Amino acid sequence: MTNDTIKIEVDGKVLEARKGQMLIQVTDAHDIYVPRFCYHGKLSVAANCRMCLVEVEKAPKPLPACATPVMDGMKVRTRSKLALEAQKSVMEFLLINHPLDCPICDQGGECELQDLAMGYGRDVSRYQENKRVVRDKDIGPLVQTDMTRCIHCTRCVRFGEEVAGLRELGATGRGEFMEIGTFVEQSMASELSGNVIDLCPVGALTSKPFRYSARTWEMSQHPGIAPHDGIGSNIHFHVKDGRVKRVVPAENEVINEVWLSDRDRFSYEGLYSNDRLTAPMIRDDKGWREVDWETAFAMVRERLGPILKSAPASVGGVIAPTATLEEIFLFQKLLRGAGCGNIDHRLRYLDFSDQDAAPVFPWLGQSIAELEQLNCALIIGGDPRKEQPLLNHRLRKAALRGARIMMVNPASFPSNYPLAAELSAAPGGLVRAVAGICRALAELKSDTLARESWLEDVAVTDAQRRIARELANPGRGTVLLGNLAASLPDAAALRFVAGQLANLAGAAFGYLGEAANSAGAWLGGAIPQRGPGGRPASRSGMDAGAMARNGMRAFMLYQVEPEADCAAPDQWLTALRNAECVVSMNSWITDAAREYAHVLLPVGVFAETDGTFVNVAGAPQSWRAVVDPPGEARPGWKVLRVLAETLGVSGCDYETAKEVARDAAQAMAGVRPENRAAWRALVRLPAAVAGLQRITTVPMNSADALVRRAEALQQTADRADGALHLSRATAARFGVLDSGHAVVGHDGQALTLPVALDDAVGDDTVLIHGGNGLLATLGPWFGRVTLKPA
Amino acid sequence: MIEDARKTLSKHARHEIDQWLAKFPADQRRSAVLAALREVQHENGGWLSIELLDAVADYLGMPKIAVYEVATFYSMLETKPVGRHSVSVCTNISCMLRGADDIVAHIEKRLGVKTGGSTPDGRIHLKREEECLAACCGGPMMMVDHIYHENLTVDRVNAILDGLK
Repeated sequence: MTNDTIKIEVDGKVLEARKGQMLIQVTDAHDIYVPRFCYHGKLSVAANCRMCLVEVEKAPKPLPACATPVMDGMKVRTRSKLALEAQKSVMEFLLINHPLDCPICDQGGECELQDLAMGYGRDVSRYQENKRVVRDKDIGPLVQTDMTRCIHCTRCVRFGEEVAGLRELGATGRGEFMEIGTFVEQSMASELSGNVIDLCPVGALTSKPFRYSARTWEMSQHPGIAPHDGIGSNIHFHVKDGRVKRVVPAENEVINEVWLSDRDRFSYEGLYSNDRLTAPMIRDDKGWREVDWETAFAMVRERLGPILKSAPASVGGVIAPTATLEEIFLFQKLLRGAGCGNIDHRLRYLDFSDQDAAPVFPWLGQSIAELEQLNCALIIGGDPRKEQPLLNHRLRKAALRGARIMMVNPASFPSNYPLAAELSAAPGGLVRAVAGICRALAELKSDTLARESWLEDVAVTDAQRRIARELANPGRGTVLLGNLAASLPDAAALRFVAGQLANLAGAAFGYLGEAANSAGAWLGGAIPQRGPGGRPASRSGMDAGAMARNGMRAFMLYQVEPEADCAAPDQWLTALRNAECVVSMNSWITDAAREYAHVLLPVGVFAETDGTFVNVAGAPQSWRAVVDPPGEARPGWKVLRVLAETLGVSGCDYETAKEVARDAAQAMAGVRPENRAAWRALVRLPAAVAGLQRITTVPMNSADALVRRAEALQQTADRADGALHLSRATAARFGVLDSGHAVVGHDGQALTLPVALDDAVGDDTVLIHGGNGLLATLGPWFGRVTLKPA
Repeated sequence: MIEDARKTLSKHARHEIDQWLAKFPADQRRSAVLAALREVQHENGGWLSIELLDAVADYLGMPKIAVYEVATFYSMLETKPVGRHSVSVCTNISCMLRGADDIVAHIEKRLGVKTGGSTPDGRIHLKREEECLAACCGGPMMMVDHIYHENLTVDRVNAILDGLK
């Protein structure tokens, strides 16, 4: 027993507690239930609902357990006459203005107010007067308000300030007229806004997409893993009549704590979009038609079979990093079994030149929870707030503790915590900007690195020196590469320079992670040079860039929508259109697929299949299917199994997804995440690209096929808008400041697009959103562009 | 953002706010919010528009909603246009016992507006007073443009109201 530990007595039981803890924390830890509305373990103490009143010996009146620090020898009674009467009275006050609309309230059945009214309230109301009515506010497409039901616990207000870092909701007015709302009607902009639905103890804030579609007790709850960023947030599917009705977070302290990003919460809607592929389809001289599975497989055997047999090296296989580990493992096993080594998942890469030196899988370089303990972090080429919201949440916690978080980006992405430094660099100059920091740090530390040839012609600015000084401070540091960094045309050089910088700073080197299963795709062998577990592949093959550039006789695609998912969409579309045979396994059908594909095989996605995702910290997490895929669609691993059989590839005849996972796990056994081996040394830095350049970021709600079809999320601002984002200064220089629209030219192609003025975008930079198939003709996501008034 | 706020707030208002800011630690700029709103409201004919509230928020580096909360909480701050002269009758316990309710009823009738409203000609705002105005010894009382009038009678009230231009 340390001297930090004290003893208190609650309801006659002696409990150990730590000094400074609040009474409710101690009773919670010992499973003694004290009712509460405003208290929440992850939020500050407000003590404004008064529901947790308990009797404390020697105190003249009941005290709120959430705001009463424990003291040695304290004697507490949570169920005494005094405590119960106090709780009952508070309950009566809370119910005075609360409507009796439980039968039509979505919260009914999972409502804390309902439960506590049952447990602690009177069975009749003595209140005869009129109840107050509060007008509802429209706070966006995700959260529904019924503010008359609000009991003013202020959890949602505190969440905005303390967790989301964006104070959007507040308590306006006073006394009887106090209301929770935004005051000025506007949409909540936080990427974590949906969490207020879980936090709200009553039905004031509920899910808008779910509204009135099921009663809580009709649904069954099943565990799952969130399918978008690489965090692997734990979720629960709520299912009724074979349909996913909603998704809520499941608690996992080391991954998502109790939170969930809006994208992970609402993307299930994409399962029910009306462009689902529900039957196998084939294209012959009469056009597209739906067929049965046998006919579809026969067509694959007939069209793809001979090519795969006679010239396996002329077939390309691309699988999205949103596919499950089982699907990835089988996909590569099928292709490698047929003698084809052209396998890749890196749709958003433009630079593959350092792939032989790549780590087994690029990972975070630390655990997710460790991000909170950082003293210093440098984020290069990424927008973690939108791309990895819950990693950003950990970084934010570190920042509020005093950590120095810094960014180097071609555009200034709005942060929800103060940054210690922000360096803006043109996309073509990002490598040099980081090299400048590297040189400054080497000079500061008198390290021999400063004399290396690749740093020779690098100039150092004061801003870079400031960042270097921060990195030189003692404490836990990290250098993190984001999604934009991975997509750059000179990404390999950036990886090298950033790695050197991390090494020099004694900081952990990590990647923020792209898709739900990017780590699983590396580990499962969906890269040309390595098989599962990072072992050298039996036969090497072409990377995604080479496949698109060179064109292949045939392609096998898995959950890929090249027009939106690939960093070189035009090249991909051309390569696919020119191929003799394209077999696409997908959950949705697109106009582009109708043009390039010959066979479409419908597969289940997300909740419709058993699967495993490996998260950015290297943790594999599995889930079981909770609903059936629509129509004739089948889980992907089953389709791949039959496809292997059809094509005469042995060793893929698994009976269950679990067996596939077991083989994949066996292949991956013993792999330790390690980023440092990844660097391919440079002799010279790439020359900085001058002139107007395009950069591409993928808004969080346009990142993959599922979320692009989630209706409510598509009404938020975080979706690809098809506009040219550029600063006023850049716009003025090219004469498009007032033109509204401008013609952007790239690679001989031109498109007329609306101009969106945004001074956060750096000089000579045009930011265009990726994940938008309509802009596919514009060519690769990065490079020189021209601009003129429309 | 602060640039836009500079444009919206008058030079005089900014000067006043800066004087208040000097009284507080540099990392607690929000402490000046009440003084800032009072000054800005004074310059704007007695009420605060959303635009002005936003400008104060940006100027002080506060979330906008936090300024809205302050502006809607305090009864001396108005968020809708009101009449030129502010008339508030204390209706707390001492004044009530001395007939404040009759005074209120008389004023409402004479001005033709309910408490909380302004006369159509924009002359007088009959304010809803939330708190005791701390002149219990002279009740019933009312405050007209920051000036206390005590021991009110109907005639005195008429004279005071008629004197407002």
